[in-house]
Amino acid sequence: MDKVTKLASQRAVVVFSRSSCCFCYSVKSLFHELGVNAAVHELDEDPRGAEMERALVKLLGRRSPVPAVFIGGKLVGSTDRIMTLHLGGNLVPLLRDAGALWL
Amino acid sequence: MPLGPPGASRRISSSNNMSSASTQFASPRKMGIFEPNHQIGMWGDSFKADSSQNTGASSIVEAEIRLHNRLEDSPRTTLGPSKKYDQEANKPADKVLRRLAQNREAARKSRLRKKAYVQQLESSRLKLAQIEQQLDQAKQQGVYIGGNLGESTLGLSGSVNSGVTAFEMEYGHWVEEQNRQTSELRAALQAHVSDIELRMLVESALSHYDNLFRIKAIAAKSDVFYLMSGMWKTAAERFFLWIGGFRPSELLKVLSPQLDPLTEQQVIAVGNLQQSSQQAEDALSQGMDKLQQNLAETLTSDSSGTSAVSDYMGQMVNAMGKLEALVSFVNQADHLRQQTLQQMYKILTVRQAARGLLALGDYFQRLRALSSLWAARPREPA
Repeated sequence: MDKVTKLASQRAVVVFSRSSCCFCYSVKSLFHELGVNAAVHELDEDPRGAEMERALVKLLGRRSPVPAVFIGGKLVGSTDRIMTLHLGGNLVPLLRDAGALWL
Repeated sequence: MPLGPPGASRRISSSNNMSSASTQFASPRKMGIFEPNHQIGMWGDSFKADSSQNTGASSIVEAEIRLHNRLEDSPRTTLGPSKKYDQEANKPADKVLRRLAQNREAARKSRLRKKAYVQQLESSRLKLAQIEQQLDQAKQQGVYIGGNLGESTLGLSGSVNSGVTAFEMEYGHWVEEQNRQTSELRAALQAHVSDIELRMLVESALSHYDNLFRIKAIAAKSDVFYLMSGMWKTAAERFFLWIGGFRPSELLKVLSPQLDPLTEQQVIAVGNLQQSSQQAEDALSQGMDKLQQNLAETLTSDSSGTSAVSDYMGQMVNAMGKLEALVSFVNQADHLRQQTLQQMYKILTVRQAARGLLALGDYFQRLRALSSLWAARPREPA
């Protein structure tokens, strides 16, 4: 859990992902489109990945915790949440507040 | 193969131009008048199964039957042709008689063919009724007939998945209710009802869409490929298919022209929604492409020969795992559709929302109508 929070606060936007997960790819794609430079941690490629995944499961309360998006050090949620926020026009302000965007 | 020498009939009715090669029908007098002989000749060719669904095709069949009935009349009235023959007094009588006999023979064979055709129709009809009954029974019992690794097909061809049949039934009802609601919206807008009443209609229309997404989610768990194939939609709707449904950005394109006049604030909000829904859509599409790529890679990774069987099994297990992701994608795409509708409702006034929903309902209705028209379009004879 410590590792998760530590990594989550290192950058404005942090995404915990798995390299084989296509949903994660969608979220990464969206951030890329928005011009956000997100820090991506592939849990399947990290030596402490399993541990972090367990921590995320506890945080998110679901079986598959990826993608897990943190903005400004705070947990925002998974794909669902990101999409809802974006369509509601609330994602971009959130990103701006966290300093991930400058426009 | 034509009955009776074609040349014979032509010579008798000297002034008629016979463009068609099939001159099976007796009366030379009638031949020149009814030019679609080739259509009637098609009876022999069987009754195409799909024409039972198209009112267009069946009315053609009815017309053909009526046409043939009229043609049939002439051989019985032997007086008719013989009048004409009197004019050609130079022809030897036995030739004339021979031709008469040939015409009668042709007419008789034609009647027999018609009879066979009608019998074929009747038995097909019975078979269809039987099959429909079986299907109803199966649906009622929620029977899962045949079942293997998730292979599912529609209706009569092979195994019947109860989740699929349940969805098809529910979707049918959903469409009926949608059409009803669309008419209601139109009437309400024309009658200039109060905003309160309009709001009720708008909210029930939106929750009706929620119903659609709900039943789709259940169907996705049952058979995601079926949902993604769009076979539950009409053909023209399928043309626009994106991850098991309509594109959110398309929805906005249909709605926007109907919403004027918009305040400046609304214009900006709609513009933002268009942009963000397009971005979200693109992101999902990218994810889908990646999934395809991953799946293809999984299935094409070469086994180094030593443990081919376990490699194969491993491949399959791997691939199966990937397919699970498809369900999530369909759900996420539906989530996007739902969110787009909800956001539009937030941006618009009640009256604008009503007009927008009416436009949307009309649009889908027209797509469905187009599909029917297309299916019933007259085709070139084989």
